[in-house]
Amino acid sequence: MDEAGGKGGGQPPLSAAKWYELFSRGARDWLRHDEKVREAVRANLPEIIAGGEVINDGARTVRVPVRMLEHYHFRLRRPEESQGAGQGKAKPGDVFSDPSQQQGPGEKGAGGRDEGEVQLLLEFKVDDIVDWLWEEMKLPNLKARVGPSEETDWTREGWDRRGARSRLDRRRSFKEMVKRRGAPGATPTFTDEDLRFRQLARRKQPAIHAVVFFMLDVSGSMSDRDRKLAKTFFFWVVQGLRREYRSLETVFVAHTTEAWEFNEPDFFQVSGTGGTVASTGLVKVREIIDARYNPGRCNLYLFYASDGDNSVSDAADARAALASVAADTCFTGYVEVSSGLSRQLATETGKLWAELTGAGVAAGSYALNDFDDVWGAVRHFFSAEAQTPADK
Amino acid sequence: MSTDWRDYIRRIEELASRSGLAFHPVDFEAVPDSFMMEIAVYGLPVRMPHWSFGVRYIYQLIQRRMGHSRLFEVVFPGNPGHAYLAASNGLAENILVTAHVLGHADFSRNNLLFRRCQEQVSEHIVEHAANHARAIQQIIETHGAQRVETVLDAALALEQHIDIDQSLRRERYPEYLEEPKVLADDTFRKRFAALDPIAAGAVETKKRAPVPPHPERDLLWFVANYAPEMESWERDIFLAVREESFYFYPVFATQIMNEGWASYWHARLLREADFIPQQSYLDAIKCHSDVVRPIAADAQVSLSINPYHLGFSMWEKIVERDGLEGARHIMEQDDDFAFVRNHLTRELADELGLFRYSARSDGQIKVLEPDLTALHEALLSPKYNFGAPVVSAHHVRTDGTLELTHDSATDGRGLDLERSRKVLDYLQRVWRRPIVLTTVNQAGSTLELTAP
Repeated sequence: MDEAGGKGGGQPPLSAAKWYELFSRGARDWLRHDEKVREAVRANLPEIIAGGEVINDGARTVRVPVRMLEHYHFRLRRPEESQGAGQGKAKPGDVFSDPSQQQGPGEKGAGGRDEGEVQLLLEFKVDDIVDWLWEEMKLPNLKARVGPSEETDWTREGWDRRGARSRLDRRRSFKEMVKRRGAPGATPTFTDEDLRFRQLARRKQPAIHAVVFFMLDVSGSMSDRDRKLAKTFFFWVVQGLRREYRSLETVFVAHTTEAWEFNEPDFFQVSGTGGTVASTGLVKVREIIDARYNPGRCNLYLFYASDGDNSVSDAADARAALASVAADTCFTGYVEVSSGLSRQLATETGKLWAELTGAGVAAGSYALNDFDDVWGAVRHFFSAEAQTPADK
Repeated sequence: MSTDWRDYIRRIEELASRSGLAFHPVDFEAVPDSFMMEIAVYGLPVRMPHWSFGVRYIYQLIQRRMGHSRLFEVVFPGNPGHAYLAASNGLAENILVTAHVLGHADFSRNNLLFRRCQEQVSEHIVEHAANHARAIQQIIETHGAQRVETVLDAALALEQHIDIDQSLRRERYPEYLEEPKVLADDTFRKRFAALDPIAAGAVETKKRAPVPPHPERDLLWFVANYAPEMESWERDIFLAVREESFYFYPVFATQIMNEGWASYWHARLLREADFIPQQSYLDAIKCHSDVVRPIAADAQVSLSINPYHLGFSMWEKIVERDGLEGARHIMEQDDDFAFVRNHLTRELADELGLFRYSARSDGQIKVLEPDLTALHEALLSPKYNFGAPVVSAHHVRTDGTLELTHDSATDGRGLDLERSRKVLDYLQRVWRRPIVLTTVNQAGSTLELTAP
């Protein structure tokens, strides 16, 4: 008998275990609460996720801070001043402050327990969120451009009487046996003749491959907040495209009056000084396409984030470079991050894209002023992209 | 010398009976701490599932991790009573807890409020609640968890809104108004009736009674019986929650007395039990002083009162003053309201250092001038009406709209509007017709909340 021995005591054998040692109702009801929170989060997803803080670099999950749900009861309004009873060394007129007591005393009851604020961090899978968003925003699925490719893969093809044991097709073998014996009632016996093995063959796969170019203006006029807006937008664009393409490559280009290619972590940390010459960035993108990718074989996307203040003298160069890039991409998007200043795309860069869209090229632009606009932007680009003919 | 507390149960029971305690037999069971915690969260060993218990469970878990609370025992009244002891209790703690449990068992068998509620609910609440849980599990299988949760959201939100003065199994309201008394059938009346046969006939038609005939505080019962479009299984869930509330009420309304009584008896039985080994006795006494400690060890003042300590101190004074016979009499008759008002005297309040304070919403706290009556009220006000605002069903309109009224005059202020709206939303989903709730706003003028 070790009852009094405490937690250290040996576990009872399973057969002797009571139901409550195997099952926790508290945990069950907690999971239900958790599920309800997730439902609530899902219902308000765009607002919650848009806050730039939630994105976890490189991880496939995002963390959302949530409050615990309250099961509501009728309660009296909290008075300005409430009375309570206490005990200890205190004289009339003593004053002390107790921030933990702001809940007001005496709210302990069968229904209203004294529950301090507890914040939870819920982790969501990015894939789930993207699925929900697509449902929520009713975004059309993109039409992936399919082309021939070097990629090959093993496919199952045909049967043979010889093969590895693991590829034995029992159903097929059984059928062979029945066929041979003719009579279904007879005792089944297999012979080697009956056995069928699945065969594999190499086949070329169509290219379901995409490359997304993210081009960011990091000139002096782009504030931290602007870059963060752009980052949030880019993040969700990648998630959206990843739904459609088995393999997705990303290329990050930043420019001021010059352009550089970056890896992802550095890309969002970069800040530069000086003016904005968009053509440098576009030329850089062109170079990368020519050097590494074949536009006929993979789907190229370009998304460009800038405050739109392109140098006026660059207009002609930028127009030419953009036209050249746009000719090879499935879609060319421009987001104008202009915190506070709502110029509605009436900027130098904005005009470039307006011309492009006017010419019937698959392109679009969107003014991004706030984190709340990120969804508008995602919806805008993805609906527009899906409408453009896949084979132009 | 035995190290198993079970060996002491019988001897402690004998000692308790000799000291005048009268209790139903108690089943003792040592259970793991995790299960202890669940019993505390659910209030019953087996109870219906609901996500709000999950929230309490997490708060408990956090509290326990932070070392704020430790549960030694939970006891359920009945015949036999059920006592659950934490498996992590030491020998001395268990000896103390056994004596404490017997104090509770004596209290719940003899206190009138407990007795009345147990007559209604029966002496087998633990089994009843388990049956409710099982029935609700079956309903979930037929109608789906979502629909059951909707009903439980509403029923558990109203769990404090019962009328303890009515019977648990009360009849529906009479359908017709009482017929006017039949008057003497004398010649004058016959001749008078003959003058106008229509008017005479009209007297005979029965009049339907309004529903409810008077403001109804038992909202769980009222909704279960008079909701225009509720399914019978939904009514069953409401009535199951109501039955459990009838069980919880005396526990809630006699907490100071009950915990005090049990603490008084564990201290006294421990003193008289000469069969307990010396070391265990010392450990148990130490444990006792932890339980009835008024303020946390590292604090000067506490802004809440430990009911164990208050009850214990009051019973000691009462036994000293009135003798055991007198104390037992008080234990049988009173609930916390009568107990505190009649027996928490000025001298005792001073001796214990009880004070009254006012707390502003910015967290500033000011100790007020001593005033015994006001101190009683400060202690008792969270306990009025099962700790809930007084809300009653007032009228059902012909279109089925339910009118609820909050008695703000009794409660002293209006309802928390945001929470009340949410409760109306819960309730509206089972009432299925509009609901109107009347209360007052900050300025004291009448305000109507509606759902939907």
